[in-house]
Amino acid sequence: MKTLGLSLTLAAGALSAGLAVAPSALAQAPDQADRIIRGRYQAILGDCEACHTAPGAKPLSGGLPLETPFGQLIPPNITPDKASGIGSWTEADFRNALKNGIGHDGKRLYPAMPYPAYTRMSDEDISNLWAYLRTVDPVFNPVEANQLPFPFNIRMSMLGWNMLNFTPGEFRPDPSKSEAWNRGAYIVQGPGHCGTCHSPKTSLGADETSQALEGASLQGWFAPNITGNPYIGIGSWSEEEIVQYLKTGANARTIASGPMAEAIEASTSQMTDEDVKAIATYLKSTTGGPAEKPKPIPADDRRMQMGAAIYHDTCSACHGADGKGARQLFPALAGSAIVQQPSSETLMRLVLQGSQAVHTDGARTTPAMPSLGWKLSDQQVADVLTYIRNSWGNAAPSVGPSDIGAHR
Amino acid sequence: METHCLKRPTRRQFLSSVAFTILAGSAAPVLARSISGALPWEARSADPPVQVKPGGWLFFTPEEARTMEAVADRLIPADDLSIGGKDAGCVVYLDRQLVGSYGNSSRLYTKGPFMPGLPTQGYQAPDTPAQRYRAGIAALNGFTAGAKGGKRFAELAAEDQDAVLKDLEAGKITLPDKVDARSFFNLMLTNVMEGFFADPVYGGNRDMASWKMLGFPGARYDYRDHVSKHNQPYPLPPVSIAGSMEWTTR
Amino acid sequence: MDDKVGDETIMTTILPRKDVVIVGLGWTGSILAHELTEDGLDVVAIERGPWRDTATDFNIGYAQDELRYAIRKDLFLQPVTEAMTMRNNTSQTAMPMRDYGSFLPGNGVGGAGVHWNGHTWRFWDSDFRIVDNLTRKYGAARIADLQLQNWGVAGEELESAFDRFEYLAGISGKAGNIKGEIQTGGNPFEDPRSRDYPLPPMQMTYAPTLFAEVTKSLDLHPFPTPSANLSEDYINPLGIAMGQCTMCGFCERFGCANYSKSSAQTTVLPVLMRKKNFEVRTDSEVLHVDLDVSKKHARGVTYVNTSGEEFFQPADMVLLCAYGLHNVRLMMLSGIGQIYDPGTGEGTVGRNYCYQTNSGAQVFFDDKNFNPFIAAGALGQTCDDYNGDAFDHGPLDFVGGAGINCIPSNGRPIQTRPTPPGTPRWGSAWKQATVKAYKATLGFSSQGSSYPTRGNYLDLDPTYKDRFGRPLLRITFDFPDNDIRMSAWVTNKMEGIAKAFGGRQYNISPRRKGWDSVPYQSTHNTGGAIMGENPRTSAVNKYLQSWDVPNVFVVGASAFAHNAGKNPTGTVGALAYFAADAIRQQYLRNPGQPLVSA
Repeated sequence: MKTLGLSLTLAAGALSAGLAVAPSALAQAPDQADRIIRGRYQAILGDCEACHTAPGAKPLSGGLPLETPFGQLIPPNITPDKASGIGSWTEADFRNALKNGIGHDGKRLYPAMPYPAYTRMSDEDISNLWAYLRTVDPVFNPVEANQLPFPFNIRMSMLGWNMLNFTPGEFRPDPSKSEAWNRGAYIVQGPGHCGTCHSPKTSLGADETSQALEGASLQGWFAPNITGNPYIGIGSWSEEEIVQYLKTGANARTIASGPMAEAIEASTSQMTDEDVKAIATYLKSTTGGPAEKPKPIPADDRRMQMGAAIYHDTCSACHGADGKGARQLFPALAGSAIVQQPSSETLMRLVLQGSQAVHTDGARTTPAMPSLGWKLSDQQVADVLTYIRNSWGNAAPSVGPSDIGAHR
Repeated sequence: METHCLKRPTRRQFLSSVAFTILAGSAAPVLARSISGALPWEARSADPPVQVKPGGWLFFTPEEARTMEAVADRLIPADDLSIGGKDAGCVVYLDRQLVGSYGNSSRLYTKGPFMPGLPTQGYQAPDTPAQRYRAGIAALNGFTAGAKGGKRFAELAAEDQDAVLKDLEAGKITLPDKVDARSFFNLMLTNVMEGFFADPVYGGNRDMASWKMLGFPGARYDYRDHVSKHNQPYPLPPVSIAGSMEWTTR
Repeated sequence: MDDKVGDETIMTTILPRKDVVIVGLGWTGSILAHELTEDGLDVVAIERGPWRDTATDFNIGYAQDELRYAIRKDLFLQPVTEAMTMRNNTSQTAMPMRDYGSFLPGNGVGGAGVHWNGHTWRFWDSDFRIVDNLTRKYGAARIADLQLQNWGVAGEELESAFDRFEYLAGISGKAGNIKGEIQTGGNPFEDPRSRDYPLPPMQMTYAPTLFAEVTKSLDLHPFPTPSANLSEDYINPLGIAMGQCTMCGFCERFGCANYSKSSAQTTVLPVLMRKKNFEVRTDSEVLHVDLDVSKKHARGVTYVNTSGEEFFQPADMVLLCAYGLHNVRLMMLSGIGQIYDPGTGEGTVGRNYCYQTNSGAQVFFDDKNFNPFIAAGALGQTCDDYNGDAFDHGPLDFVGGAGINCIPSNGRPIQTRPTPPGTPRWGSAWKQATVKAYKATLGFSSQGSSYPTRGNYLDLDPTYKDRFGRPLLRITFDFPDNDIRMSAWVTNKMEGIAKAFGGRQYNISPRRKGWDSVPYQSTHNTGGAIMGENPRTSAVNKYLQSWDVPNVFVVGASAFAHNAGKNPTGTVGALAYFAADAIRQQYLRNPGQPLVSA
């Protein structure tokens, strides 16, 4: 694991929202302490807290309900509590859950738990993660994970799902690629489970592997295309810009908010520099999305003219008449990938509800987009979004008023 | 001696590690909050003004409204520069203001004792704007009924209305029921002008008539593209909080 | 003590101790909270008003609402919450200001820093050592009718504190004096500064551009007003980003909707609010500071929330960081120090209340278009040639002076409709004159010093009470004769400038005796808890530490021993940093002890 490039002091010094290593753990034998610290880093890579810790609750004691297209799932308690957590599990049980999607009691897990990604993790990383999870404070908090309606509440149905959608197996490095590329691919496909949000889903809720990382709708947001596509992916971003984004949540182009802000605060901002660079190397090499730049809607289109007036009167004071925004404060709209996604779901949400940006040590401003849903009609929201998606060199499908209502 | 009462549930809430705690019952208009650990933010946060819709009177009687519309039309007469105060909605504006916190002085200091102050000490009477309009309009019509052959203010010819208003302004008229003529005139003038020049969302300034008249571009927020164009007319029409025709014309 | 509200006895909940309790989370409260939490102290701020932040409370979709914010004063302290009484002299009976008019105190998180214009000045060494300076130059007899006092601090001591505040806030300006070298285009009369402003001056609109041309032709020295409306994007030393001011013309009385006006919200709170050792309790009003039996030590504060529940917050230190006038009243209500008596000249709390001595000028043109709505709160030009001690007062019959400012801050039409003298106030003739003058009028003003006299002071009103039954603050103030003479002299100079514009006509509005509480003049109320060298004549020492109760610090313009012809916020910010340094570097080593021996 030398690509991990991790030292004891680095990991112990890293700040985390809740994933602390208990002093008693560090008092153990040096090799065990090393496993625990490495395991904690796996928990950061995997962002376990994002799902398994509810706001204000004890770490990993069970999360808030996840809305899936099939119904509600509640992430379970994964503290070592014997009665309600995973205290009675063995390491083999744990490995089986991550690699094969089968729980301690032989029940199949729902793939909201991203075991289709975790199956790519190495045995060593899983073992370390297990060592760390054993040191977390046990919390008694029984969680009934399964809130799905029939027939999805039948866990056996996952067997059929898995046969169709799930390919177990550890990540295999590509010897023709660099060490960094392979490390990046490992994190993205494995513990980082980026595709869980960013890959389109089949009708059964599995990652559409032929369109990996090309963007997907999730919980009222659109997780954008993060392939190297030059038009709507991150192909035009330099590796440095990707690194800065993942480390701080902000770069010269954009500022994270919504679920990605949480992922950055709890996970990517706490990864090592080497790992974040490796992710950037890998992502830039991926492909997917339009092969040619789409044609913009002409400026003399009526919708564009309305949108231009609304933009000038309402948006330009922050995002600028030229759409260039301001660093760490107002995301640039010109050339923005998120603005030009096939789906405008995130944009509608931002305009209607507003959104608060990420806060990290490298991006402390925490600016917010004001809610304008009270002010703009469906038609006006549609027109201003059509305008920003087709101005300053941007090009993307128009937005219609009928798309807006559902997001209010 | 202090009386200590430790069983209050709010104390536990204070000590809670939850970043954002409501400290008071929901009946209170504003809630005390304890905030720590994060910059608070909530989706859909906005407290915009509610668009006033013309039609019906919430404060004025029809008779009072007629009087005030006549006053508004003399203070701001229709001419080639703009529509008049009545058409602009100044009295609709005023009517809605008088049933709100302005009309009942709920934001002001209204404790006694009430004593006549010096001019430098400002308004010292206990009457709220709502009470002043009720009494003032009645007094004005009472005055014209007596002095102008039984006619109410709204029934006078425009020149006569102007003459009455000028005398009110100058304090040359003694109104019945101890209504101070000059003070009531100033109140009307202030409020009618507010209605004429405020954002149309409040019921006056219909179609941004006053802003178009002045060349005030309204609720815009970005003039960077014009700041260095010294002495040159600003090219864009006004915008209201509710938007502009440019946003909706189809 | 039993506090009674109505018939109900209020029971007080005792809360866990904190290291520091701060009263008011505005500019000074935020700066001190940030500085002291850096040292690991556990700090709680108690704020009477609501939480406020940019996107949620100054929403760009309705922030430009003149009626709501400028006329109905939505962001300000409402008189129903706390009023004050006023009179011009002790022979009058003070009456409550039932609505605030002449000045508008702030309310809520960010305080008056939310709705200020952003003029950010440094007071001069000739202010801080005013008695030494004027006595040396003109003799003691010249200032015998004034109650001027040295502040106990020298300009050089505050330089780095000024610098820190300006860099925190991203002030846009042009230095006039860097380490003694006069800089072309800056204010040649300012004290030496260690470096230039963090940002260049704002782009000028037409009116101040013309003002600079005309005043230069009169051999004056115009320079861009130092502005907290930012000329460019900026990231401050705390890592917080701000945007470029868009000159929307909704600045004073409004919150800034696009992060381009410096305030606690845009410069401190994003970092402060993340700290685990900081907490703010909003909508909670401090009733008094609780002292122990010796009256020499504060135990904490008692406050009440919006449901009427009362709490005692014990703390090792109490920092009064409310608006200056509220700081003074809280001291009086808490028994900190002795209330000033104008009859005997004894007592310190309430002493040396000062204001601002302003006058105005308008020039009406036929052929110019100033686009008055393209404006920002501090976008303009200033001449300091007649300010403070920048000129020789030898042959004159006054001390002090005024900055002359052309800072057209807005074209909002409910309030900003200049018309030439003699214009009717209504009717068709009014309308014609209003339309003609709206874009074609240039205004400029003088902001004059306000010097203390024995009879201008603050105390508690004997008659009028607040909603908790506590006496209101009573302001006894009129413009001193010295200041009226000063203003008349400066206004005469302004008339010369007005003539030189060559407009169709001009109008001068001089300052007259008889302070009127109704028309808006200035929210620069200073003094009442002044800093100084002597505990008999000042309430706090040079570090803003109470002489009487050493674990209480009183931060704000309440500490000004007089007011200069300048906006106070820059100096308030510098004093906050100066006090914070003293607490961190000296007080915490020996808590509870005076930093200056009496």
